[in-house]
Amino acid sequence: MKKRILAILMVAVVMMLGITACKSGDKKEDDGLIKVGIINNDPNESGYRTANDRSMQEMFTEANGYKASYAYSLKNDEQIAAAQKFIQDEVDYLLLSAAGTSGWDTVLKDAKAAGIKVILFDRTIDADPSLYEASIVSDMAKEGETAVNWLKGQALKEYKIIHLQGVMGSAAQIGRSGALDATAKELGWTIVKQQTAEWSAEKAQQIVQSVIDSKQSFNVIYAENDDMAKGAVAALDAAGISHGVGKDVIIMGFDCNKWALEELLAKNWNYDGQCNPFQATYIHDIIQKLQKGETITEKTIILDEKGFDAATITQADVDNYGI
Amino acid sequence: MKDNVVLEMRNIHKYFPGVRALQNVDFTLCEGEIHALMGENGAGKSTLIKVLTGVYEKDEGQIFLKGKDKAVAIHSPQDAQKLGISTVYQEITLCPKLSVAENMYIGRLNGIGVNWRKLNKDADAILESLDIPAKATQQLGSCSLAVQQMVAIARAVDMDCKVLILDEPTSSLDEQEVAKLFKLMRDLKSRGVGIIFVTHFLDQVYEVCDKITVLRDGQLVGEYEIKDLPRVKLVAKMLGKELDDTTEIKDTSLVYDKEDAGKHVLEVEGLASVSGIKPFDFYINKGEVNGFTGLLGSGRSECVRAIFGADKVVSGTVKKDGKVIKINKPIDAMKNGIAYLPEDRKRDGIIGDLSVRENIILALQVLKGFFKPLSKAEANKFAEEYIKLLEIKTASADTPIKSLSGGNQQKAILARWLLTHPEYLILDEPTRGIDIGTKIDIQKLVLKLASEGMSITFISSETDEMLRTCSRLVVMRDRKVVGEVSGDDMNQSKIMSTIAGGESK
Amino acid sequence: MTTADTKKKNKPNVSELFGKIFKRQIFIPIAAVLVLLLFNLIVDPGFFSIELTRNSAGNPVLSGNLITILNNGSELAILVLGMTLVTAASGGQDISVGATIAIAGSIILRIVCGTDAKADSASFGIVLVAFLVACVASMAFGAFNGALVSIFKIQPMVATLILFTAGRSIAAWINNNQLPTVSDPSFGYIGGFIPGIPIPTPFIITVICIVLMALLLKFTNLGLYSQAVGINESSSKLNGINPIFIKFLTFVILGLCTAVCGLIKVSRVSGITYSVIAQDIEMDAILAVALGGNALGGGKFNMAASIIGAYIIQILTTTLYAYKIESTALSAYKAIVVIVLVIVSAPAVRNKTKAFFAKLKAKAAAERKEVA
Repeated sequence: MKKRILAILMVAVVMMLGITACKSGDKKEDDGLIKVGIINNDPNESGYRTANDRSMQEMFTEANGYKASYAYSLKNDEQIAAAQKFIQDEVDYLLLSAAGTSGWDTVLKDAKAAGIKVILFDRTIDADPSLYEASIVSDMAKEGETAVNWLKGQALKEYKIIHLQGVMGSAAQIGRSGALDATAKELGWTIVKQQTAEWSAEKAQQIVQSVIDSKQSFNVIYAENDDMAKGAVAALDAAGISHGVGKDVIIMGFDCNKWALEELLAKNWNYDGQCNPFQATYIHDIIQKLQKGETITEKTIILDEKGFDAATITQADVDNYGI
Repeated sequence: MKDNVVLEMRNIHKYFPGVRALQNVDFTLCEGEIHALMGENGAGKSTLIKVLTGVYEKDEGQIFLKGKDKAVAIHSPQDAQKLGISTVYQEITLCPKLSVAENMYIGRLNGIGVNWRKLNKDADAILESLDIPAKATQQLGSCSLAVQQMVAIARAVDMDCKVLILDEPTSSLDEQEVAKLFKLMRDLKSRGVGIIFVTHFLDQVYEVCDKITVLRDGQLVGEYEIKDLPRVKLVAKMLGKELDDTTEIKDTSLVYDKEDAGKHVLEVEGLASVSGIKPFDFYINKGEVNGFTGLLGSGRSECVRAIFGADKVVSGTVKKDGKVIKINKPIDAMKNGIAYLPEDRKRDGIIGDLSVRENIILALQVLKGFFKPLSKAEANKFAEEYIKLLEIKTASADTPIKSLSGGNQQKAILARWLLTHPEYLILDEPTRGIDIGTKIDIQKLVLKLASEGMSITFISSETDEMLRTCSRLVVMRDRKVVGEVSGDDMNQSKIMSTIAGGESK
Repeated sequence: MTTADTKKKNKPNVSELFGKIFKRQIFIPIAAVLVLLLFNLIVDPGFFSIELTRNSAGNPVLSGNLITILNNGSELAILVLGMTLVTAASGGQDISVGATIAIAGSIILRIVCGTDAKADSASFGIVLVAFLVACVASMAFGAFNGALVSIFKIQPMVATLILFTAGRSIAAWINNNQLPTVSDPSFGYIGGFIPGIPIPTPFIITVICIVLMALLLKFTNLGLYSQAVGINESSSKLNGINPIFIKFLTFVILGLCTAVCGLIKVSRVSGITYSVIAQDIEMDAILAVALGGNALGGGKFNMAASIIGAYIIQILTTTLYAYKIESTALSAYKAIVVIVLVIVSAPAVRNKTKAFFAKLKAKAAAERKEVA
């Protein structure tokens, strides 16, 4: 019996460690620092999220005048619990990248009542805009449009596209698929294959492999993230199909991972669209404005996002924008 | 259908892969009658019962019940229950983790919002009226096997059944408990319940039954009034041949008489285990058959389990051939030439889903070691050899052991241990729930093995059987060895008085 | 009735023949494979074509849907070897294998790439060392699961829930949350093709693993012991088997299988994404065991049937990718086929068919006897 209790305790402890790594700052007297509570998704989720978290960690330091506490979770209810804790800790600003869009009204009202200012980053929520000061987001549809416009500019004789989608229903998938769907319909591009690889390189590899096995021809791979583009390229390599600048198949990816930009630099890929994870500077600007008593006129702030072309990319771009 | 007939089964057929379990069997049960269903293992008793209770679907035939014009359809045990047919099986089929009351009412509560307080009270009342030493709220698994069996009977009684089937209910009960059960059966009989009584105990049949139906090899031999069928004839009908007097199996020529006959093969001093038995001393000679006797729960099994290392030993020493050996787990005992056939065949003996072959070779295989599996050919050879030697009835060596009848399962487990050629063989209730033919086979085998130099401990609830086979009996009471009888002292009354505390006389 | 009796029959009749085939556990999985392949043959006769082409590096490689199936089904096939044993002995499943694969992959990349999270060269030596370290680590995690299950008697699914939840975070932590990549093409040989050998390397590795497992089952009593423990632990104990050790051992073996899978996975893409690598593979592995007709409650198992179960899942995946199915409907299609397969391969259904044919057979025999 004792053994069993011990084991259950072990289970509980390890699980808690696994789910949330919660670092909360000690509650101390006013030392002139701005207290921020940051609720983010798990940085292990993707390279994008890792870079996003890193940019936060680098910005909100004591040297920059901040005292930051972090909470990570991919689950909405755990995030809400973390938000409540930050409210109790009387932070000055609550920075939030919500896991889910709904269920936030009550806790944000509490924050407002406690005089805590809320800034959303990366993801929006379904709540009254009066409950937050600003929302800094990527425009996924615009990312898609930028990429599709670039593809249009290649002026290929004929467009035969393999479209590798992300997890269905995610904001990135909807935005990036939407742009391609619309243009393909308008200009009569052929979509050889449209299938979800759920952000996974292996699944993308299998899907492209199945197109190759069925002997269908194609000249563009439009992958909604870098991992899937990488998987697709692995399938092409195995089949001896050339890809990249001036080759048989155009490779397009998203997210601007450093290794992906290096592929561009090596002219193995053709295009990579940015999904800007460096949101900390934007947040910093807003906080500074609010501290000076200014008001934020435009609540929704769209991040600047670039698209890189293998023909023009430089090593400097790789260093600056690679995540 | 005659007026007083409650159940009539006609032309029942049942097939299993490779076996015709029942062929054209008729069976009739009257009101207020205790009707014995007799037959050897594999004769089809259990199958007939299972067809009647909806566990198996019959392949052909009809079943009529009193008060129903047409033949009834029984597709599941629930159907049978609704029709007033209740069963208490040979092996306990209740849930040991639930409470006594929960076991009594499980499966026949409808809807939600069960009033457990009331049910517990009802259960306690029934238990009390039947003189069963259990509490409604007690976990069933914490009761002894005998009490569990009686709870199963109480459950059936409470269901107000018209046909009560008792499938080997007495095999785990001691005499007192059997007497209590018989009182209960007669009570039910006077209330007009028809009772089908399946048992291997001939004495019990002649004590309580009115009629006997005999099956053999899946076929009906006949239905007899009890007064018309003396014991010897009954046995003959069951076996299909005349049998020489069963009590005379002790053959004086079958005695081990080499020069090392008196040598202690195994000596035990102050042995005690976590099961709570008091430290005991024990020895066994080469070529000797001895036994542990005592009431149920007196610690017979616990003693031999301690010797075999099945229960964790807390004190004491074991010497083999004069040298001290360490037995912490069964494998240590096995390596020292000790074999143990456990009391509860279903729980500790068979590995149900594995084939007869795998069950037979298992112990030898373990002894040979993890990295030395027997080849398929070797395994087959051993299995076929022992299937033949012990006359195990099975479709093939590949048949899962669980589909064999109880006696044949037991023979297979016996084969498993004989295959390891043990010096010391412990048999804990090897004949429980087994037909008379197999019983005698096993007793004869025990004596033969001993005459060849094997030392054997034979434990049985039936004193007769022990008197027939053993030359020395260790008597136990309340988890303590209280005496030993041998030679001329070995008779019922001496044993009884020792068990009852007569050693001071 | 002895074996001789049943063999001594007059004429084989159809129902007896079918009865015999149906009785075999492996029948349903093989039938499922044939049905899926037949479907593909009808819909697209070109599905089965295999060609010898050259890859980008100029080496000969085989390609075609069948090759793709054998290639991509490798990880699952390797995994079910261990999963089948765990299921048999412990009567439960390990749901942490996906997470353990992530850990194994992460360890391999950590050693190959060092702290830079990048490696331009990966010598055979360092990859071998990395793989061996990953093996040890995976077996240690297997031992952790095994200890919880065997010593502490925690239900396997609950015990492995710990690593299931924490494993991918551990994997990320091993590489400081970085996403290492290997640019040396030779690292990709393991998950791709070795120059000069046109057969996909993962398939070769799978064959090696299956052979090793077959040898293990042939030259040890692992199979007998794990089945015995799974069916009746108490009885096994009284026959001198140590159930705790056997259960523990099966988890350690499964750990080794996950290390091999981890190596193949990271080699396929020369990198890792912690949240995505080997995603849901634990469910597929459990499904493969079930599709093989093995009881998930433990006891008797048929390793070959499990392996076929793994390839059934891969054939299904490849088939679905080969046709124009909407992304949103993909999982629904998969679910429907899986439900049908699981039902027909359920032991209950098998027993019914078995009983049905046995009945026919017995009747036929009885009739013959009467005629005679």
